[in-house]
Amino acid sequence: MKRRQFVNQSGAGVLALAAAAGWLPAVSYAQAQGWNKAAFDSKSMADAIKGLGGVSTATESKDIVLTAPEIAENGNVVRIGASTALAGVSQIAFVVEKNPSALAAAFDVPAGSDANFSTNVKMGQSSNVYAIAKVGDKFIYAVKEVKVTLGGCGG
Amino acid sequence: MSDPMRIRAQALGDKVTVRLLVSHDMESGQRKDAAGKTVPAHFIQTINATCNGKTVMNAQWGTAVSKNPFVQFSFKGAKAGDKMEVTWVDNKGDKRTDEAVIA
Repeated sequence: MKRRQFVNQSGAGVLALAAAAGWLPAVSYAQAQGWNKAAFDSKSMADAIKGLGGVSTATESKDIVLTAPEIAENGNVVRIGASTALAGVSQIAFVVEKNPSALAAAFDVPAGSDANFSTNVKMGQSSNVYAIAKVGDKFIYAVKEVKVTLGGCGG
Repeated sequence: MSDPMRIRAQALGDKVTVRLLVSHDMESGQRKDAAGKTVPAHFIQTINATCNGKTVMNAQWGTAVSKNPFVQFSFKGAKAGDKMEVTWVDNKGDKRTDEAVIA
């Protein structure tokens, strides 16, 4: 069951195989080969979703809650979090629209874990921040604009 | 090599909340040094947490995650005293594993 879910959620077949091979002996999983380069090279929200294995565009939903500051004084460290109470969430991703690579982080939601993550990201400039959740084979998102007074990229 | 991660895992009822502070430069590849040269990207690509041999968190990160990354997540099915393990791998192939006991 667990393996089936994981194969489903990984979208791209090659990625699924690479990851599934390391899945059972969980410790040996960490070979950066599971890294989804296509998704992290994306320049926009739509590309990021495509890279994560989505076929259609995401729909906005109130079922996913995005926590982010309205104003970030320092773009180097912006705390963002996302949670959802929906069942069947397999992945939560964060996208910062105007960053050089839009996708910031993608968290898998293993069985038994809550779909609730928070982390710190860098933001180059004021931008919309998206929290994307993959539910079944659909993507839903929540969006919030974060104003940055001091950018975190370049300098 | 890199400094150890700081892992705080707290059990409350049947839920364990984990706060994780990783020590890593997370160089984005956008920054320039004093001489005007671009500093090459150096960042964690995958990070994986297991508890009692079962994956409880598995993430892929891009360059946009902050320096010395912080992560918070929670999962069910473990109790105080259980051991958990966190491993990351960066784009240069460096890796690090640290262990913690759930409090």
